[in-house]
Amino acid sequence: MEDLSKPVYDSADHKVSAISELKELFNYRYLLGQLVRRDVTTRYKRSVLGVAWTMLNPLGTMLILTFVFSNFFRSEVQHFPVYILSGLLAWNFFTQATNAAISGLVWGGSLLKRIYIPSTVFGVSAIGTALVNMVMSLVPLVIVMIIDGATFHLSMFFLPVSILLLTGFTLGFGLFISSLAVFFPDVGEMYQVLLTGWMYLTPIIYPESLISAQLLPIFKLNPMYWMVKMFRLPIFEGRLPTLPEALPAIAWSLGMLIVGWLFFTSRSEEYAYRV
Amino acid sequence: MSEQEMNKEAVIQIENVSVNYRLPTERIGSFKEYAIRKLQRRVKIEDFLALVDVSMTVNKGDVFGIIGNNGAGKSTILKVISRVLKPSKGRVVVKGRIAPLLELGAGFHPELSGRENVFLNGALLGYSREDMEKVFDEIVAFSELEQFINSPIRTYSSGMYARLGFAVATAHVPDILILDEILSVGDEAFQKKSRERLQSFQEKGSTVLMVSHGLDSMISMCNRVAWLDQGKLQMVGEPGEVVAAYREDNA
Repeated sequence: MEDLSKPVYDSADHKVSAISELKELFNYRYLLGQLVRRDVTTRYKRSVLGVAWTMLNPLGTMLILTFVFSNFFRSEVQHFPVYILSGLLAWNFFTQATNAAISGLVWGGSLLKRIYIPSTVFGVSAIGTALVNMVMSLVPLVIVMIIDGATFHLSMFFLPVSILLLTGFTLGFGLFISSLAVFFPDVGEMYQVLLTGWMYLTPIIYPESLISAQLLPIFKLNPMYWMVKMFRLPIFEGRLPTLPEALPAIAWSLGMLIVGWLFFTSRSEEYAYRV
Repeated sequence: MSEQEMNKEAVIQIENVSVNYRLPTERIGSFKEYAIRKLQRRVKIEDFLALVDVSMTVNKGDVFGIIGNNGAGKSTILKVISRVLKPSKGRVVVKGRIAPLLELGAGFHPELSGRENVFLNGALLGYSREDMEKVFDEIVAFSELEQFINSPIRTYSSGMYARLGFAVATAHVPDILILDEILSVGDEAFQKKSRERLQSFQEKGSTVLMVSHGLDSMISMCNRVAWLDQGKLQMVGEPGEVVAAYREDNA
């Protein structure tokens, strides 16, 4: 085995650090694509309408919420369906990806005990799947905007940046929570409750004007408040975020990504023992 | 070490390896409980040593067998070598690409077709798209699944499932092949075929590492055997001698 290109594994100098995990993930990029493909194609494999559900799902939620709010709360927001959908876009991405990161690592646990795979592959592929779903749910958004007679603003071209910011935050949080879920099996269940509360504490399905002035500073501690804003401003209000609006989103995105990645990778040697 | 052994090239070096499965004595399910116990310093953890200070070397071209009773640490040592478990103590150096034949088809998805699963499984084993495209036809032919390759894998029989898993895992000639009691895949004809494939790997210079309870087959197949007992290395050497000592100990 004179060939130096052959892989050498040395447990002694192989410190699974944040950087080497990045390299491993790059080596396994084909697996990332395969996992995304699997999750997108198998999700609705047994249903008649198939992938169309990715679009019908938010549409249904939007219809119900619009009905509820226009009849019971007499909401004052114009183009309320667009308001809701633009918020749901961000929220659904976040919940889907983080939940998939948890189930991916727990499912993948049986594999992690048998063969070597970089363990971040599950969290990152969860993001990939959620990105595909998000792009697909842009279709119903556009349809609703046309039906509702809402204006298409040039500011919508800011959306790739919004998606990037949300991706950073979601990946970091998904890695963090999935790592916890390995050590504490109850975290998966607890997280569902947390998500319900979190959704109501974020102005997604109700107008932001409902929040009282005293409580608003508290709402602004919530990172998802800023993430949702990054979507709602360019789609619904038709303007780019100002710097004071963008800075918290950027800070949360980068900060959570770094913290989540470090937290996850510093424990990655233990997953095969624990899952 | 004899002079003859010095000339051989070590592909797997295991130096003073211990593996400690730290088992909490009671299951702690919630943070609250964990936090309280941590404060009270009551997080009791029991050490379970699956391997204790094991050292051995596997040379290129060896067919290396590992024997021992249940719970002796045979599977653990395979996991340490295939990079699944990082040793708690000691060092493992492995040179070359490993093909783990541990529980074939573990990553198959029932709703995906055989074809899709071949690529997914190949990716899990660390291969690229090009790697898999090169061997795809060969995998289908070897597993004898031409007619079914586009059907969802949930429609496969367990034999078909295992055949496909074996074909994917052995599609590329590995530097090191790891076998955990899986020589009994499929019917007799397929077993013969898979044995021939493993032999051809050996002829091409692959190193084989295997765990088995079949002692006679270990003597006939291996050129070196290690005996583990309760995580400790009892003996390593010529298969006949090691198996005889093991049998005597168990008599």
